Parts: sequence; structure tokens; C-alpha cells
Amino acid sequence: MIKGYAGKILEVNLSTQAIKDIKIGDNILKDYIGGRGLATKILWDRLGKKWEKIDPLKSENILLFLTGPLTGYYPGGRICVSGKSPQSNGVIGSTVAGEFGVELRCACYDGIIVTGESNKPVYLFIKDSDVDIRDASHIWGKDAKQTMATLGRECRELLRKRYPKFGQLKEPSFLYVGPAGENKVRTAVVAAKWTHAAGYGGYGAVMGSKKLKAIAVKGTGPLPKAANIKEVKRLIKVVNDNIYENVLWRRWGTGSGGYEVGAETSSEPVRNWQDEWHNEKSFGVDQFENRVWIKQSWSDFGCPTCCLKVAMIKTGRFKGAITDNPDYEMQAYLGPNLGLFTPEENVFLSSLADDLGLCGIQTGNVMGFAAELFQRGILTKKDLDGIEPKWGDVEAFAALAKKIAYREGIGDLLAEGTYRAALKIGEKKKTDVLKYAVQSKGISIGAHGIRSGKDYPESISYACSVQGGDHTSTAGLPLDGSGSELSEIFNDSGVHCNFNVFGVPRKVKFDFYKAVTGIELTQKEWYKIKAFRILQIQRALLLLGGPDIKWKPKTHDENPPRFYEPLPSGPYKGKTVDKMQVEEDKRRYYNAVGWDENGIPKTKTLEKLGLEDIDKVLKKSCISKSMLK
Amino acid sequence: MTTKKEPIWIARDLIKCSGCRKCEIACSLYHENRIWPEASRIRVFMPVPGADFPHFCTQCKNYPCVKACPVDALSISKKTGAVLVKTKACIACGKCIEACPGRVPHMHPAKNHIVICDLCNGSPQCVKVCQEGGWNVLTTVHRRARPYELYARTPEQIAKDLAIKMYGEQAEDYI
Repeated sequence: MIKGYAGKILEVNLSTQAIKDIKIGDNILKDYIGGRGLATKILWDRLGKKWEKIDPLKSENILLFLTGPLTGYYPGGRICVSGKSPQSNGVIGSTVAGEFGVELRCACYDGIIVTGESNKPVYLFIKDSDVDIRDASHIWGKDAKQTMATLGRECRELLRKRYPKFGQLKEPSFLYVGPAGENKVRTAVVAAKWTHAAGYGGYGAVMGSKKLKAIAVKGTGPLPKAANIKEVKRLIKVVNDNIYENVLWRRWGTGSGGYEVGAETSSEPVRNWQDEWHNEKSFGVDQFENRVWIKQSWSDFGCPTCCLKVAMIKTGRFKGAITDNPDYEMQAYLGPNLGLFTPEENVFLSSLADDLGLCGIQTGNVMGFAAELFQRGILTKKDLDGIEPKWGDVEAFAALAKKIAYREGIGDLLAEGTYRAALKIGEKKKTDVLKYAVQSKGISIGAHGIRSGKDYPESISYACSVQGGDHTSTAGLPLDGSGSELSEIFNDSGVHCNFNVFGVPRKVKFDFYKAVTGIELTQKEWYKIKAFRILQIQRALLLLGGPDIKWKPKTHDENPPRFYEPLPSGPYKGKTVDKMQVEEDKRRYYNAVGWDENGIPKTKTLEKLGLEDIDKVLKKSCISKSMLK
Repeated sequence: MTTKKEPIWIARDLIKCSGCRKCEIACSLYHENRIWPEASRIRVFMPVPGADFPHFCTQCKNYPCVKACPVDALSISKKTGAVLVKTKACIACGKCIEACPGRVPHMHPAKNHIVICDLCNGSPQCVKVCQEGGWNVLTTVHRRARPYELYARTPEQIAKDLAIKMYGEQAEDYI
């Protein structure tokens, strides 16, 4: 057995209530590590041949919660949630911070595979090797804070009974869905600690479709034994010492972005990306700091950065709203993107998204989309059930968010996410509204625009990513660059926070992998073979897609139309993305990743990686034929 | 800071705790040579998100845990004032847990004995990492004849206080 792994994965079939432990072969772990990589492999093995027919929101989908060997060792613990995505119809490695992954490994599990679906609401409670499927009727419909309070009390009591002589155990860790997940909203998150979320991918909807309200885990054991603990200790210190130099993120998290990304780099979504520049000093980090932050540093397991803050509104009409930071993405999407420029409104909407279990990025995106259609007269007050989402009307957006979470009226349509909603609205209104949908392959574009050229994403970052609009996993060259998708696959498979690799020599995470597992992994091996292979499987499954939507690279390896409109104001006024440049960059990228001119992984590429079976399925698939046209 | 000769106490400013748990990591690495949160002598509780805090021995003036031990497995370090556990003598009866006003001692998750903070023989690892990170939740000070037992409170009591301090009366719903 490879060091650093617990050596088993818990598999729960919610249809039959069968619970078992499964083992993953060493060779698979060596190649796919854990998290995103292993998820991709498991999904291909189990669902690959029937992928196009698998409905992500039906019982045939499988839901994965996977750690990696570095979880708990590399500073900044996370867990990776995956499955067939109800947003992209491919595989997304969606990670969420917290102690859940560490607790799970201390309970001697590397991950959880959930199959089937329950006929009534349930939650899982893992206490070391004891696993119960428990009734969750009493928490079904409850928001994040109610769910955590009720489950917290219940599970602490159960733990006292399970370990009567231990003394006080720490509380277990939880992952859960809010009402949005229960209602299979495609922008629903798998959440933790009130405010943390695995958002991209829409796995909250998958959890809800299985009637799995939550998972609680308490592990009393140590992390699985590392190969060289002395070296691990040294490396933890190296990461910490480097991160402690990162004053910006330690002091402000990403919370300075709400003003700066708009004012300085012109790459922040403003009114559904009709602009990317604003100079609203009311949204400055000083305002957040002085008015709403009640805790300067909040963190997850082992993290030296502590980018989170706790924010609360103590007076006025938003009194009682609590959220973290908000971080830059929440600031942008539940702020300027909706024409809102005060910390109080932003905290209020962010807190509401947390409570309802909605992805703030993607729900902010779809609400901005609806507001632009309202601005243009395409959606009327009547279409919107009497709501008038004017830019800056926080109450209207709060009402819309609730409609989405409960799939009521117009909310049922918007709950499909921006792309699917655009298709339906376009059909109903007999007009093209896709040009206002700022997304890539069903996934909303993260709050970092590309028109000014002053932010980090490149012309094809979103267009060619196997995770669509995900701003944390962007495509780019060189493939072994620190910002490339292959680098991100390491963090997501490790599984640890990608913020704690910034400013740390790249070698360190590879040394870390060796110190924990005892296996040498060269950067060449990672970038040329292992990560490259994971990328190809993700690409293949994304292209197989279905059943409701299939992506054609010719059409969909593309930026949202909005990015070809010139920026209307600010220091980069007139700047836009050059279509010829995108085509050229795409050609270079396809070439580098071994895809043909139609964006399909070449037989030669897949064979070299031992993926002949994938090649066969991909080439046989109708999409390949139609895509050649 | 403290000089080496005198006994120390770990002063705690709980509201500043970021919940990074580096204290747990350092403690369990030092005592167990593993990362082992539930075996750590200092453990970070977070029953209410955002209100994280470390929970560990305060070295009460009258040491009720030591008095409660039926087999003399607990003693007081002359050098540091810490409670020391004779692991071979301990019968894991849990009497010290009941005697502690803060329910601080807890069983070793894998072995048949209690664990209690031993102040790392005078240079506590938890304080070191907390200071390195700049959180300064934990600080070593000289031990004086003071009622340190005031700090020996249960996780439930501390969580409630901190949560209400942060979130006001609505925190009652979260506990």
C-alpha cells in the first residue's frame, strides 16, 4: 500500500442502503493521485461507456467526495466533490475548504462514493469505521445555519454515546446542501461551515437529487502515515514561511478585489459584464474592513494564509446577515455585476446565497443575465412574476434568488443556470439571448475578464478549459506553466488549497508528494503524462456530454460573445478580444494538447497515454461525426 | 516573553483565533510524531462557524484532576507546573475529566490513557506556531499565583460566549 493513503474508500448505495469499503489499486493511485484526478478515472471506469445517456440529476449518476494524499499535510485542507456535472455534463473537480477532508482521513477513509438515490431525505454519519444512514426529514428544507445547528447538536450527542469514555470530542465536520440543492437547482453548491462551497459543477443539485441532505464525519485517528514525517515537517515550514511573506492575501484576503479589479485592471463583471470597469470607492476594501468585518482572519485546516474574514451586518435593514469576507468572487458577482456597490448589500446577498445553498458566482451570473434581459425589455415584469430587477435593487435580487432556490415561477427557469435558461428564453421569445450569457460550457465565467488584458486569464482560458468558466482552472500555454490547467490538476488531486502554492517554489509540492507517499514524481512525469492524461479524460467526457446538451468545439470552444464587444469605459475603453488571436491561440493550444483541428483528442494522443478505450468511445460517438462538419 | 527559569503559563486571547489549527498540528507532531487532531493536547473547537477557539489545560491552582486520580497517575511538574501523565499507571477511568471544570483532559484515541497538556517541558510548540503566524492567540507569560482555573471552562461554555460576543443574541440559535 502506498503511504499517505488511508487505503479504503467508503461506498454507499442510497437505493439499497448498502454500505461497503472499496480499495483502489496502487497503480491507479500512482497515476491519478486523488481528488479531481481520481474522480475522473472512477467516473470514466464506471460511467464512461454510457456517459452520454447518464442524466446527472438521476440515480444513475455517482457523487464523489475525494481527498488526496496531501489533504491535511499540505497547508490548507480541502476536499474535492465530483460526479457527472449537471452544468457541463462533463467532470468538474470542485473543491471546498474546511476540516471535512481531514476528518475523513482521520476516520481512515480516502473518500466517499455515493450511488443510487434515497426515497426519503437522509444524511450520512461516519464515526471512524461506523457508518449510519440517518433520517434527515427534520432538516430537509432548512437553511445552512439551521442545518448545521440541528445536525451539530444531534451528532455531538451521538458521539457522546459512541465514545462515552473519551471526554469531549471536537464537533464533527459537515458537508450539506441548502434548499437550492434539495430542489435540484443547477447552481446549487455542496457547502461547509455556513459559508464555504464547492460551487462549480453544480454538485449540490446532485446531492439533492439523491435526497442526501448532509454528511457528518468524525475521525479520531491520525492522518494516514506519511513516508517521511521529518521531511513533511520541514516542508510545512517552507510553505508557511513563504506564505507568511504574502502580506496582501493575509491582510485582505481577496477582499481588496471588489474595488481594485474594476478600478485598476478593468476585468470585473459590472451589470452582467456590460462593463468591466468601475470606480466606486464605496466598494473599497477599507469600507468592508471598517464596516462589516468582525473577524480579521478566518481559516481552514493548517492554512497559513487565512484569506477569510467573518463579516456581519449589525444594524439597519440587513441586520443579522453573516458571511465570510465576502471574497472577491462574491463581491463581484453579488455586487457590481448586479449594480450594487456597498458592503452591506453585498454581505446581505452573500449571506442569503449561503443560507439557500446557492453558488454566489453562478447565481449572481444568472441574475445579472436576467436583469440585462429586463433592461432590454426582453423579459418583462410579468415574465418575472412581478419582480423588477433594476440594477442596484438589492431587494429585487434577493427575491429572485429565493425564487431560484425554490424553483418558483421564473426561478424554475433561472435555476437551470445561465446557458440552459438562455436557450429556453431564446426559444420562448424568439430572439437570440445567448449573446448576453457570459458562460462557457454551462459554467459561468469567473469574475476575471479578459478584455483589458490586465488580469491573469488569457484569450482562451475559459474557451478551452475542461472546466468551462471556472476561474480556478484555466487553460493556457505553456502547459507546464504555473497557471496552466495541468498545474491546477495537481492542487485539486492533492487535494489542497491552490492559494497556498502562490509564492512557493513549484518544486515544493512535488517534494511534498514524495515525502507523504514515498513515491518520486518528477515534474516532467506530471506535466507530460499524468496530469496530461487526466486532462484528456476530462476533455473526452466533456465532449461526450449529454443527455440534454452536447458541446461542439467549433461552436463552444469559444468566448462568450460579450468579450468581443469593446469595453465601453474606463482606462481600457475600446479594448476587446481579437477573434483572429483567439483562433490562433486555440490552434496552438490544440496542437500542444494533442487535439485535432476540430478540438478532439487525437487517437495518437490517447493511445500514447494508454487511453485506447476512451478513443474508441469518443470516435464512435455521434458527436465526433457531427463535429467534423 | 519569558525567561527560561520561571514556570510559564499560556495566556489566551480566544476571539483572535483564526481556526488554522496549526497548534493542533504542532502539538500532535511533537507528542505523537503524527498529525492527529483528536490526540492533540490542544484542540480547536468550532461548534459555531467563525467562533473557533483552542481548548487546553489551564493548570488550576488546586489541580482538581490530580486530586481526583485514584491511582496517582497524574503529577505536577516542579519545573513547569504542568500536569504530567504517567501513561503506564493511568487506568483510563475518566475521573480527571469529571473533576476538571473545563472537561479538558481526554483519552488518547488509540491508547488506554488520558492526555493533558504538558507545556512541552516549558517551550510550548502551539505558542511557537501561533506566534509565527502572527495570530498571537497564545502567548507565554510568567506563571504567578493567580486563579487560572477561571479559564477552565467547557467547550460549550466558551463557544456560547464567543458566538454571542461575535454575532449577538442570534447566536443562541446556532449553539
